[in-house]
Amino acid sequence: MDIIVCIKQVPDTGQVKIDPHTHTLIREGVESIINPYDRYAIEEGVRIKERYGGKVTAISMGPPQAKEALKEAISCGVDEAVLLCDRAFAGADTLATTYTLAKGIEQIGRFDLIICGKQTIDGDTAQVGPGVAERLDIPYVSYVRKIEFIGNRCARVERMMDDGYDILEMDLPALITVTKEINEPRLPSLKGEVRAASIEIPMYTAKDLGIDINKIGLAGSATEVIKIFPPPKKGQYERIEGTLDEQVETLLKKLKELGIINIPL
Amino acid sequence: MDYFLTDKQKMIKNLARRIAEEKIKPKRAELDEKEEFPWELMDILAKSDLFGLIIPTEYGGFGGGCFENCLAVEELGRACIGVATTFAASGLGAYPILFYGTEEQKRKYLPEIASGRKLAAFALTESSAGSDAAGIQTQATSSGDVYILNGTKQWITNGGEAEVYSVIAMTDRTRGARGASAFIVEKGDPGFSFGRKEKKMGIRCSSTRELIFDNCRIPKDRIIGREGMGFIIAMKTFDEARPGIGALSVGLAQGALDEAVRFAKERVQFGKPIISFQAIQHMLADMATLTEAARALVYAVARYIDTRPRDFSKVSAMAKLFPSDVAMKVTTDAVQILGGHGYMRDYPVEKMMRDAKILQIYEGTNQIQRNIIGQALNKEYGKKF
Ligand SMILES: Cc1cc2nc3c(=O)[nH]c(=O)nc-3n(C[C@H](O)[C@H](O)[C@@H](O)COP(=O)(O)OP(=O)(O)OC[C@H]3O[C@@H](n4cnc5c(N)ncnc54)[C@H](O)[C@@H]3O)c2cc1C
Ligand SMILES: Cc1cc2nc3c(=O)[nH]c(=O)nc-3n(C[C@H](O)[C@H](O)[C@H](O)COP(=O)(O)OP(=O)(O)OC[C@H]3O[C@@H](n4cnc5c(N)ncnc54)[C@H](O)[C@@H]3O)c2cc1C
Repeated sequence: MDIIVCIKQVPDTGQVKIDPHTHTLIREGVESIINPYDRYAIEEGVRIKERYGGKVTAISMGPPQAKEALKEAISCGVDEAVLLCDRAFAGADTLATTYTLAKGIEQIGRFDLIICGKQTIDGDTAQVGPGVAERLDIPYVSYVRKIEFIGNRCARVERMMDDGYDILEMDLPALITVTKEINEPRLPSLKGEVRAASIEIPMYTAKDLGIDINKIGLAGSATEVIKIFPPPKKGQYERIEGTLDEQVETLLKKLKELGIINIPL
Repeated sequence: MDYFLTDKQKMIKNLARRIAEEKIKPKRAELDEKEEFPWELMDILAKSDLFGLIIPTEYGGFGGGCFENCLAVEELGRACIGVATTFAASGLGAYPILFYGTEEQKRKYLPEIASGRKLAAFALTESSAGSDAAGIQTQATSSGDVYILNGTKQWITNGGEAEVYSVIAMTDRTRGARGASAFIVEKGDPGFSFGRKEKKMGIRCSSTRELIFDNCRIPKDRIIGREGMGFIIAMKTFDEARPGIGALSVGLAQGALDEAVRFAKERVQFGKPIISFQAIQHMLADMATLTEAARALVYAVARYIDTRPRDFSKVSAMAKLFPSDVAMKVTTDAVQILGGHGYMRDYPVEKMMRDAKILQIYEGTNQIQRNIIGQALNKEYGKKF
């Protein structure tokens, strides 16, 4: 079972500042980490390899320091890693990112499964996984919380939904994006750290990938960020706080006020 | 302080610290309260290769020495010495095989221990033989192609949970201390069972249990070394392991100091943080100085041991004696600095003080350590003058 894991290096905080002019993230001075969801992707890839054999390759598009994220992936059990790194990739939106990643994955060659995180904590779009699958013309399932079965030709997975979950079966090779429920990521191992310290991570430029220069980076990006704001809340809601007893009491009162229940309090 | 660690040693220290912070600290109070064996944490340590630290690479380990082991247990001990003792006791059980085992024994047992798939334990103490280890009653009788073991071991760390036991038993009672031998006993061997699990003051998540041998039959090739070598093997094992207890102690003392300083900066009385009172500052200063001195001693001795000197019982005893006395004092003073808060289970120093006491008792009480040092001095100075 050959697995490719897509990982992104992101700033380590929910409060990164946004450049008021370019509307992009100000990354200077903020410590970088592996996108938290991608650690679940790494763990799932490594677990599948441990059970069925094969190889896990991590891929990332990012600046040279994203090598650190790839090295951490190696210390957690990933076998190989490649970094797609070129000034021309900078400023990419999801359209350009998925194109570049798909080209990089083609360069790696054979695979049975690609695993992405469900979304990043900086860009937050959750589009890259599905976008890569489209580019490679393979099936995908997002928000996977469990792999029930994985064979040579197909896999059965559980997809988290707001109100339960779906069980889906798909042909391999395929792509999934994973949620936090899928596993508990391990910490690095000593042997992994030793490997990571000495390994050379190959870097591919746009030229190495034989890429259409008009489809990458800022030039290849169809979106322009005009404004960043939190999405409107889904419906109206009120948060009930306090001890459990207090919460129950308040809730009963509200339900009664709204005429939903009718019992003496 | 910079102790000039190599890149690999820094890696070990950082990884152990990360596990301690992220995985052990959030669990320690609950494990203590429930007296629950920390299997989940052992699994994490296993996946991180830490059980392989002291095992040579040819047997699937990481090829570290006494010093590397000390670096890891210090960091684990900073969070919880119950968890760290459980970890370290597996190494204690492995040492006899590592130092005196045959090639077959090493190949059979060490990779399993290094990977953490199996825990090990070391069993010497009995109800009538604590400090006076030569008084053990457990008997191993040679019979055809097996040894038959009879007797009961008491207070064995990892008892019941470990799969591999290094057991000291008498093969020839007439020869006294020279009549003991060391054996490998596996969980599941016929006639081998577990007795009472102790309720303890501290390190309550660790398992301390009786081992019962009732006509327990093991194949002849389970003997470690030769007949009569039992006590030599036990003493060598303790010599190698004692700085590890010192390192646990340094970790515990550091953990208590961390809590005490943090609390003293935050707690306001008489309109000021209590750290501004000189009486508190002086206590903290002594705690920090003792902890650093203990660390320097443990590191120096562990590094010395890794040069494979011939006889190092004296310094090894020092590296257990001083740090464990320091840990007892520093944890007690930490409770004092936290005052009433320190006495409550809501704060970790209460547990730390309860835990500290064991460090002065197991792997040879601190009285016995002083005996070892004293006897070595007598011998050394006898030679010179
Ligand atoms: C509002 C907004 C602001 C932005 N600001 C900036 C900015 O300041 N600077 C900038 O460089 N980009 C910026 N971008 C672009 C964006 O962050 C990424 O480059 C984008 O293409 C990836 O989308 P995402 O982070 O939402 O990933 P998602 O689609 O949320 O990620 C899903 C998964 O795809 C994989 N993945 C995503 N990106 C990569 C990657 N690079 N390499 C490997 N795997 C990956 C991971 O597995 C990840 O878990 C912005 C985008 C938006 C929408
Ligand atoms: C939690 C725990 C875990 C343990 N784990 C293990 C294990 O994994 N394997 C194992 O084999 N054993 C284990 N032990 C046993 C431990 O090593 C013994 O408790 C220890 O060696 C002391 O023996 P004792 O308790 O019988 O004390 P005793 O020997 O009865 O000593 C009682 C007191 O007398 C003092 N004393 C005794 N003799 C002298 C002397 N000659 N000079 C001065 N003072 C003396 C002692 O210092 C002590 O203060 C464990 C014990 C505990 C409590």
